[in-house]
Amino acid sequence: MPTIKQLAANEAKEKRFRGGHSLCSGCGIPIVVRTVLNSIETPVVVVNATGCLEVATTRFPNTAWNVPWLHVAFENAAAAASGVESAYRALVKRGKLPADEPVTFVVFGGDGGTYDIGLQSLSGALERGHQFLYVCYDNEAYMNTGIQRSSATPFGASTTTSPEGKISFGKAQQRKDLTAIAEAHHVNYVGQSAISHWHDLSDKVKRAVEVDGPAFINVLSTCQLGWRHEPREAVKVAQLAVDTLFWPLYEVVKGRFRLTHIPEEIVPIETWLRMQGRFKHLFKEENAGALEVIQQQIFDEWERLKERDRNDRAHFAPLQKDQTFTTEFEMV
Amino acid sequence: MKTKPTEAERIEMLRRAKLLTGAEGAAHAMRQINPDVFPVYPITPQTPIIQTFSKFVADGEASTEIINVESEHSAMSAAIGAATAGGRTMTATASQGLALMIENIYIAASMRLPIVLAIGNRALSGPINIHCDHSDSMLARDSGVIQFFVENAQEAYDFMIMSVPLAENHDVLLPVLVGQDGFTITHTAEPILLEEDEDVQNFVGEYEIPYPLLNLQKPTTQGPFDMPDYYFEHKRQQQAAMDAVPDAFDTVANHYAALTGRRYDAIEEYRLEDAERAIVVMGSSAGTMKEVVDDLREQGEAVGLLKVRMFRPFPTKKVREALGHVQKVAVLDRAMSFGSKGPLYMEVAEALFGAGPSMQNYVFGLGGRDLFPADIRQVFENLKNPEEMREMQYIGIRE
Repeated sequence: MPTIKQLAANEAKEKRFRGGHSLCSGCGIPIVVRTVLNSIETPVVVVNATGCLEVATTRFPNTAWNVPWLHVAFENAAAAASGVESAYRALVKRGKLPADEPVTFVVFGGDGGTYDIGLQSLSGALERGHQFLYVCYDNEAYMNTGIQRSSATPFGASTTTSPEGKISFGKAQQRKDLTAIAEAHHVNYVGQSAISHWHDLSDKVKRAVEVDGPAFINVLSTCQLGWRHEPREAVKVAQLAVDTLFWPLYEVVKGRFRLTHIPEEIVPIETWLRMQGRFKHLFKEENAGALEVIQQQIFDEWERLKERDRNDRAHFAPLQKDQTFTTEFEMV
Repeated sequence: MKTKPTEAERIEMLRRAKLLTGAEGAAHAMRQINPDVFPVYPITPQTPIIQTFSKFVADGEASTEIINVESEHSAMSAAIGAATAGGRTMTATASQGLALMIENIYIAASMRLPIVLAIGNRALSGPINIHCDHSDSMLARDSGVIQFFVENAQEAYDFMIMSVPLAENHDVLLPVLVGQDGFTITHTAEPILLEEDEDVQNFVGEYEIPYPLLNLQKPTTQGPFDMPDYYFEHKRQQQAAMDAVPDAFDTVANHYAALTGRRYDAIEEYRLEDAERAIVVMGSSAGTMKEVVDDLREQGEAVGLLKVRMFRPFPTKKVREALGHVQKVAVLDRAMSFGSKGPLYMEVAEALFGAGPSMQNYVFGLGGRDLFPADIRQVFENLKNPEEMREMQYIGIRE
């Protein structure tokens, strides 16, 4: 497991993502970016979909990026990365770039750019097998354009395009399971992590960049404006998303599944929902039914994931005494 | 003034030529250029370009990284990624594919990326139609790319090659669309003269852009966010790049002529110098028109043809010089701008503003509708008749 000191040492060595950007206080995205970039030992090249991260870090003539960085449009980050990575291979093949100095290609996209408008280009790039890591920072709505619902927005959340109202309890549809969709491409690494669990994310990044072919990590990232919580509580809100089992942390390595974190105490979903203004309306008397539905769905999904974990556990290194989970990586 | 080759020249040319379609000609040009990356998605009538080129790569005759993407949007996105990274990049498309690319065509131009695209010009939906017209390329009219329309397979081959050093000229650094008429050129076999592989490779040289993304020693932020304080200047710089094209093209065309003996200009004047009536057109129809012009000339009629090869940047001054003395001009558009005149007509009208000729606009050939020599003779005939000088007419249509 990485220590915070190691990540800090990597950052001190080469500050890949710098300050001066205009992301909000309490935004989860910089935690994702710094944890990912500081966990990669090789030089990195970043491709970024349109979204908060792109807009807030590259206002011309300034940039927060101290690594090669490319943005093309909203829906095509994975396709643009396919081109960069293919050019890299072509130039290595033709002796125009050194073959013995590996580079890691990392794509960052939000849930709008990944779950929705960019899903096709992500799917194409995963199927073609480019060597890159795609990191989705999932803050569960189109935050950059003012909190519109996305297919990652949870059931019942109020957004500006799924507002709660006299006859509406917020978003009426379930969220899309993007991590499962990525897994269906049979890539060698897929994971789900959260900004509250930086060690878990860092571990996953280290494993993801080692596999052959593309890797995908879906990271739950908070948005204090859209979720309507106190900016200082960003990490706590993410932590509770994990502890309520709303956002389970797991990985699928070469098709084998395991949970990478099992909360010591499972917290009722109500605790997490109450922290966020986007769910406030669910606590009106008339919406009590929605709360029950949400809690039941979370437990059902958790049972399903635990079963997968039990079935595949034998493929991973055995647990040490007193361990309920391990982040040590060794497939058996 | 361009004259037809002599019979002896024709025989010598045929002896050295290969029988190839325009699509195959473009694919041979790409084989000889051997770009680093070729992201591509199939669409009729461009598909034979990518099929032929894929076979060249499969046979080891080119070592390009082909990316078989899942859409034209991704083809152009990957092309932007590859060209930014520092690899010479080409792609090909048509019709709906170009429509799907358009967002990225604008971005590639604004990022000043010298990507060369082969276009098999085809009508746009709807209704869906796979045959030729120029509406697809016209979608890219205001995008900031250089645009050529070629007359035949030889020009398709030659312009693919010439476009590489033109696009990569550091005063230019713009994408180039080489449009060849769908089916009429893409699928029709003609004798083409191919240059030696080594000569083409020397002609295009090494790909070199000022700020390759993969220069890890000098990290760059590419495709950043502009607010009103910079956007306008960046767009102004794109116009400056366009302004550099005519001189850059002249240099390229001169070098190419030295290599091949074929000297191309942005326009081709055919029997224009003493013409009283003239037609302006782009693409394969110019070939048919030259035959008609010859026939009418034999009958003593003072007619001529202006073929426009370079549509963007539009060679305004050259067009004015070529047509200033003509009394009556018919501009034949193979695309429409609904609610206004044809796009080529608008350019020619602007070029001739305040000059002598009276003008007429025809639309022809949409969705692959044939244009016959009799139609062209009728256009020349109409130019004699003041009553026929209506602003907009349609050729070969059932009203």
